[in-house]
Amino acid sequence: MFNDFVAPSLYPAAPEIFLLFMACVILLVDLGVKSPRRTLTFVLTQLTLLGCAAITLLTSNTEVVYTFSGMFVDDMMADLLKLLVYGAVMLALFYSREYIQDRQAIPKGEYFVLALLATLGMLVMISANHFLTLYLGLEMMSLSLYAMVALNRESAISTEAAMKYFILGALASGLLLYGMSMIYGATGSLEITEVGERLYTYSVDKSVLVFGIVFLVAGLAFKLGVVPFHMWVPDVYHGAPTSVTLFIAAAPKLAAFAIVMRLLVSGLITQAADWQGMLIVLSVLSMGIGNLVAIAQTNIKRMLAYSAISHMGFMLLGIVTGVVGGDARFALNAYSSAMFYVVTYVLTTLAGFGLIMMLTRAGFESDELDDFKGLNKRSPWFAAMMMFVMLSMAGIPFFVGFFAKFSVLQAVVAAGYYWLAVAAVLFSLVGAFYYLRVVKLMYFDEPKIQEPIEGPLFIKVLVSANGLAVAALGLFPQFLMSLCAYALMRSLT
Amino acid sequence: MLSLSHFLILGAILFAISIVGIFLNRKNLIVLLMAIELMLLSVNMNFVAFSRYMQDPNGQLFVFFILAVAAAEAAVGLAILVLLFRNLKTIHVDDLDSLKG
Amino acid sequence: MLENYFPILMFILVGLAIGVLPVLMGWLLAPSRPDSEKLSPYECGFEAFEDARMKFDVRYYLIAIIFILFDLEIAFLFPWATVFKDIVASEPMRFFGFIEVAIFLTIILVGDAYAWAKGALDWE
Repeated sequence: MFNDFVAPSLYPAAPEIFLLFMACVILLVDLGVKSPRRTLTFVLTQLTLLGCAAITLLTSNTEVVYTFSGMFVDDMMADLLKLLVYGAVMLALFYSREYIQDRQAIPKGEYFVLALLATLGMLVMISANHFLTLYLGLEMMSLSLYAMVALNRESAISTEAAMKYFILGALASGLLLYGMSMIYGATGSLEITEVGERLYTYSVDKSVLVFGIVFLVAGLAFKLGVVPFHMWVPDVYHGAPTSVTLFIAAAPKLAAFAIVMRLLVSGLITQAADWQGMLIVLSVLSMGIGNLVAIAQTNIKRMLAYSAISHMGFMLLGIVTGVVGGDARFALNAYSSAMFYVVTYVLTTLAGFGLIMMLTRAGFESDELDDFKGLNKRSPWFAAMMMFVMLSMAGIPFFVGFFAKFSVLQAVVAAGYYWLAVAAVLFSLVGAFYYLRVVKLMYFDEPKIQEPIEGPLFIKVLVSANGLAVAALGLFPQFLMSLCAYALMRSLT
Repeated sequence: MLSLSHFLILGAILFAISIVGIFLNRKNLIVLLMAIELMLLSVNMNFVAFSRYMQDPNGQLFVFFILAVAAAEAAVGLAILVLLFRNLKTIHVDDLDSLKG
Repeated sequence: MLENYFPILMFILVGLAIGVLPVLMGWLLAPSRPDSEKLSPYECGFEAFEDARMKFDVRYYLIAIIFILFDLEIAFLFPWATVFKDIVASEPMRFFGFIEVAIFLTIILVGDAYAWAKGALDWE
């Protein structure tokens, strides 16, 4: 019965296998670690991520490789995104170290293991070529993140945020699954590339398919956190411990980009006309509501949450404009601009939250906008870093955020959506207001707190490097841009 | 005779009940957890119906995994619920209002 | 086509009857002479201390959570068990099929060991 069975090649999934193995080992090792600082667990976690990066680099090649009967794909896009995920997670964990140390209620060992398992989920999502692997990766990531949000067991608002995140996240998974089941019914396949081929060659039941696409897009929109499926974003960003907010704000965005690419572009590109309209509405609403509501915020975590909503909306523009009316000439440009946008957003957001975490101390959260008043007097260097982050997010020229916005807008104009480009620019101008307000608070207001900023030198160096990278990439964006374009060119056939 | 569309309609009804349960329920968080389970089960109904109709076992395989993930989800949900009850002394949906803006 | 379902209808009716009849008979036939002793709640010969609708101990939830997980993971072993003979019989699958499940069980075991070491399985 199984005589024609061929064992699948494990090489393409080597980083995931290594990560799973190490997560199990670290979980058990941590049981024996008694020190409250959990240095051993922390070092092992970081080494694991480094090891994963090494394995990804070593097993990377320019071909697209499928394994596990087509369930799992390893291509250049996956490799690049995975490397960025390791980087984002490592940075996030370095930044979190002191923060979780100061908070007794957070279990330290579990924090790192959950972070690793969430990373594993992201990797699986990035490499998914089957609805099942995609779903399992998504759940692996989400369940770990729900637990991480709730990890500060004594904080009522963290628990409340975790509950909201859990309920809306589960709802999103449900919508996504319902969409998948409909697409499965219409095409008879669960494999994403196979779905794409069948849609290309056979005629399928259009009504079932469109029904499925609507639910699929709604589920994706929930996970991306775009309006009108954004309710969880501000609450989770605000309620979660800042270290966890940083974690959620960074690496999962890369994975979310990957699943959007896999589902909509690899799988449903023939139905682009059906999902493009929905994405345009989602993205315009997100840019509008995200930027407008952010102005009213007094809490910087909440403000950055609304900013995240608007950035995700902007990124979607790149996905929308890939193939318009069957014309795929600008597809590569559009998708790589979206990828560049996500990557630079993650980099900037890491620096921003890293700086917020530097200002926190034991028993003090420093997450109100007022806490940034007069930062220039307390530490001119870190005020400058925060200014870089804010200016980049606002899209002021010659910071990396400007080039990200610019390349997406180029794609939008190339696709002929002039009104969309105008709307995007207008909303970005609105957005610039609240970013510049933070700069104003830092430079022109009197500080409420006088203490200088303290923290381990290594973290200071790391945050500075992160902030400088935002500025430097603005001067030399070309390298990263062509890297994204090359990875996508090698992956999309 | 029962046809594919009967099962799909049943799935859709269950799905709709669970969505309504999530959005209209203002009382108890446990009911929300039950609505989420119901939603996953309605998806299972769809998968099994399609799988049977197309004589393709992949759909049923998917259901297996959805069941397992649903259990994990229920476990995390219950754990958060217990924590919430400890911190807020309530599991009333309307009391989850300290995060606003 | 509907007549195919007739046996099921019969099952439902007989099942209902078996459930309802004894209760009904007891209610109709038994003598009924209530007094205060008989009507008061009875708790193993003691006076009732408190309302029966008390809160559950939170530890029941912990046990329930762990139970759900391990209970459903085991469901993955059944499909494997049903094709076990074929796996052993086929040359290329023989070890692969065994090792795969061994890995699966090891991962569950890691979770179990963690729960045990953290004291999640202790009642006190």
